[in-house]
Amino acid sequence: MRSRLFRAGPLALLAALIVPTTAFAGSAELQSAIDEKLDPAIPMATLWVVVAAVLVLFMQAGFAMLEIGFSRAKNAGTGVAKILTNLSIAAICYWAVGFAFAFGSSNVLGISDQLLGSNGFFLQFAGNPAEAFPVMELSSASPEAKFLFQFSFCAVSLAIVWGSTLERIKYSAYVIYAIIFASIIYPIGSHWVFGGGWLQDGDTPLLPTGMQDFAGSTAVHLIGATGALAALLLLGPRKGKYGPDGKPRAIPGHSMPLVGLGVIILFIGWFGFNPGSTLGISDVRLADVAVVTLLGCAGGIIGAFVMSQLRLRTIDIGMVGNGAIAGLVAITAPSGYVEPWAGPIIGFVAGCIVVLGVVAIDKRVDDPIGATSAHGLAGIWGTLACGLFTAPRLAEYNAFGNPEGGLLYGGGFDQLIAQAVGVVVAFSFVFALSYATFAAIKATIGLRVTEEEEDAGLDIVEHGMYGYPEQFIPAPEIGGASTGPAARPVTAGGASEVTRGAPTPEEATA
Amino acid sequence: MKMIVAYIRHEAFEPIRQDLLDKGFPSLTITEVKGSGRQKGITEHYRGADLTVHLRPKIKLECVVEAKDVGVVKETIVSHARTGAVGDGKLFVLPVEDAVRLRTGEEGEAVLQAHESDEIPTGA
Repeated sequence: MRSRLFRAGPLALLAALIVPTTAFAGSAELQSAIDEKLDPAIPMATLWVVVAAVLVLFMQAGFAMLEIGFSRAKNAGTGVAKILTNLSIAAICYWAVGFAFAFGSSNVLGISDQLLGSNGFFLQFAGNPAEAFPVMELSSASPEAKFLFQFSFCAVSLAIVWGSTLERIKYSAYVIYAIIFASIIYPIGSHWVFGGGWLQDGDTPLLPTGMQDFAGSTAVHLIGATGALAALLLLGPRKGKYGPDGKPRAIPGHSMPLVGLGVIILFIGWFGFNPGSTLGISDVRLADVAVVTLLGCAGGIIGAFVMSQLRLRTIDIGMVGNGAIAGLVAITAPSGYVEPWAGPIIGFVAGCIVVLGVVAIDKRVDDPIGATSAHGLAGIWGTLACGLFTAPRLAEYNAFGNPEGGLLYGGGFDQLIAQAVGVVVAFSFVFALSYATFAAIKATIGLRVTEEEEDAGLDIVEHGMYGYPEQFIPAPEIGGASTGPAARPVTAGGASEVTRGAPTPEEATA
Repeated sequence: MKMIVAYIRHEAFEPIRQDLLDKGFPSLTITEVKGSGRQKGITEHYRGADLTVHLRPKIKLECVVEAKDVGVVKETIVSHARTGAVGDGKLFVLPVEDAVRLRTGEEGEAVLQAHESDEIPTGA
């Protein structure tokens, strides 16, 4: 299996070399700037989108810490290598084909842009930047900034997938699925939902109106969680998760402080995620979206706190963290469509859902981090919430969905139905492709480490080293053995006759 | 010579150490151990699932004294370690065959005596 991977390496390198080397597409802007004709809106929007993208990239640290904290110490190190490997593979795949599939216009290969974009492979696009990526045409940010931002979303979605697979999946499975996910699954799924595809446009009889997903409750979070579910079903639970009576047993993660750090990094990163989805600053909507995001997160934490106390009779530390994530996930789709008052409500419901979801899902399948609940169930709820809470003025402003607003504004059920159809379609599409991919991996190279390897931990098995060496290697064995004093002749007390009076080995074992 | 092995609560150790030092028994060794007995385990609640931990942490205290001193050391340990609740622990007395002080090579009971010049912390 390893050798097959290595053989693929030179091929990939070759492919990278034959890619046409051209200047950045922004060279027109560069020339305008030199000529001092550049519209000041362009650098301002570009700056904000790049800053937002960097905030979202920082969320990778959050996912790493969250997953590492929820793992046992013997599996703590692998998360570092995994998150970096995934990010790199996703970056290259998304640059090569993903961004074009997700956001490109379809004037190149003649495919309907309702299904698939096909302009902008390797960020080389035909036509002017606005027309090449039509769903983002109102933003004056440069195409490179838009790519960076959308890639950071793809990376988030991919990071979500692995939360359910901790402590037992083979490293090679990451690599293969990451390529498929960042090249095909995420780009097509997100194109349909917020890249100008058929779900967003709503021009089919299936949908009464266009689907609304401002920053990706479905397009990013549900898609990631659906991949997580597909992996989970094929992977099975960790050894010892279910007792002989079939009841779930706790396998506590090794560091709740790291979980907390991860949650708070994600929380900070979300202020690039949602407000960044404005893709500009000229209408100062980004501050409104940031406020709604904050309120959604607050609602999520309070919801999880209350539900944990009611349902579990304790304030579970991890659950409070999951509540923050669930609140943020749920507010992601509505963040650009609702007024601030809806934020705490949407978040609170998500916080309640995540606690009930984790407990219910834990009875059947082993999702150590709660990804299927925090990103899946909360993502579905957040998407549906647009159908209830979308304000008419914002639906009109964003120009997607029913301009009469959600159910609570008297817009009727149209938006809610569109949201539900979108959720079902996105879930089905991603689940089918992900399940097929993981099943193929399972049938060929295998998805899961052996039982002995699982006992030993992924750090030593996959990486030959421990995340926390001192916990597994006695201190005298680490560099101590060669530094002790040499044997010296005994001078006093006749201790050289040390065996006198002491039991011989025969006596000792008798 | 006898070895006294006592399994005690963490919080009992410091008063025992101080008291033994005051009575002239500075030499002892402790190990952090986990064990089970009549004391029930504790149940951890984690994400809606339970995990009962049957083994509880204790301190294992070992010291070797002359046979004539066993009584006073035993009493000292018991007096501080007993709370009356389940989980106080147990104490065992074992015979010891021989001893060597590694620094000087002394053997037998002489090992148990402190040298006049030795630095022994005075406590407080």
